Amino acid sequence: MAILHVTDRDGAIHAIEGADGWRVMEILRDSDLGVEGICGGACDCASCHVIVAPDWAERLHPAREEELLKLDELPAIEPTSRLSCQIIWSEALDGLALTIAENA
Amino acid sequence: MDVPVTAARSYDVAIIGAGPTGLFAVFELGLLGLKAVVIDVLDKPGGQCAELYPEKPIYDIPSWPIITGQELTDKLLEQIAPFGAEFRLGQLVTGFARNAGGRFTLTLSEGESVEAGAVFIAAGAGSFAPRKPKIDGLEAFEGRSVFYAVRNRATLAGQDLLVVGGGDSALDWAIDLVGTARSVTLMHRSDRFRAAPASVAKMRALEVEGKLRFVEGDLHALAGENGDLSSVTIKSRNGYETLDATRLLAFFGLSIELGPIGDWGLDLADGKQIRVDTEKFQTTTEGIFAIGDINYYPGKLKLILSGFHEAALASHAAFKVVRPEEKLRFQYTTSSSELQSRLQVGGASKAA
Repeated sequence: MAILHVTDRDGAIHAIEGADGWRVMEILRDSDLGVEGICGGACDCASCHVIVAPDWAERLHPAREEELLKLDELPAIEPTSRLSCQIIWSEALDGLALTIAENA
Repeated sequence: MDVPVTAARSYDVAIIGAGPTGLFAVFELGLLGLKAVVIDVLDKPGGQCAELYPEKPIYDIPSWPIITGQELTDKLLEQIAPFGAEFRLGQLVTGFARNAGGRFTLTLSEGESVEAGAVFIAAGAGSFAPRKPKIDGLEAFEGRSVFYAVRNRATLAGQDLLVVGGGDSALDWAIDLVGTARSVTLMHRSDRFRAAPASVAKMRALEVEGKLRFVEGDLHALAGENGDLSSVTIKSRNGYETLDATRLLAFFGLSIELGPIGDWGLDLADGKQIRVDTEKFQTTTEGIFAIGDINYYPGKLKLILSGFHEAALASHAAFKVVRPEEKLRFQYTTSSSELQSRLQVGGASKAA
């Protein structure tokens, strides 16, 4: 059982069982943690912005150009900011820790 | 900006939102002989389809194996053209009131009012609004020396202008305002640009000519008095730097929020979606309907095709609100000469 550790916008930490093959955005949305995923995972709305724990950032599939450009549009990002719709959950991500970013 | 306030124009139905659902509602209302006005905060019709993913293919529109967001918008506009709906684009519905006669008056952000017998809220995920940087004291400068769009070039003439962003809006305005502003600086977080490559090349050329400065960095702080900006501190890889700037144009894209509709006293599910019945897609207020992604009912699926279905049922229900004295005659476009006349197509092949 692979677990995703999420810090929500109020600072509360949740351990969520991931679903294989789901976008992390979909896992967060399904858990009612305030992530909307308005564009449905098209990398177009940035409403699923998360900040990945630094030790995990390098272990994830690197962001594609489209994701980097969308992140650059936001007023503020962190060095390990990602759009969670672009991270696909698998058992290999067991233990992934991330923080849901403030709504921009 | 002073806008003359004129008497409210009157319509059968006011549709809030020009996305696919709102546009198709024009069609369904039009078949019933009802005239609509469509209001949208974006400056073009299409909603998310046109703003967020105009080039992305959609595969689940019935009878269209593949269609892009923009193509879908264009096809809907073509389909509703015979009904002559009026559009109020680039405007937010800011006020809402129910008149003594039971009709509704909507106030728009530029001062105009429209009046209608029924209201369709087809606002999707809500209204698009510019993303704003989180900077202390920002509000004092907004509308005076900090802007998220250019409405009046005169306010930028002769100013030391800082334009922030890496998309088309930022680059186009930075390039365009060289010569109008006293100085133009473009700032972006990186040297990756979403903007069209031709715009980037033009910007670089102006940089070489010394007519524009490009810096990489993030906004950190604003300084000035009484809303008049005097300098901006930026944070870059080299640390902090303070730039002389009397005007700031910030282009951080658009976010979506429910907006003023949230204050209309409607029953909200989860604080974000408007609860409706599944017979009429009417809200808890008679005469106000909610269709498409903005509504909620048990089993709701946020699909464009659901919005189309909801638009048809709400239109029939709205007919009874707007024309209580008339009988609604249910007809098909294939056979009804009345509908074909409204559609401005050739006469019926068979008697209606």
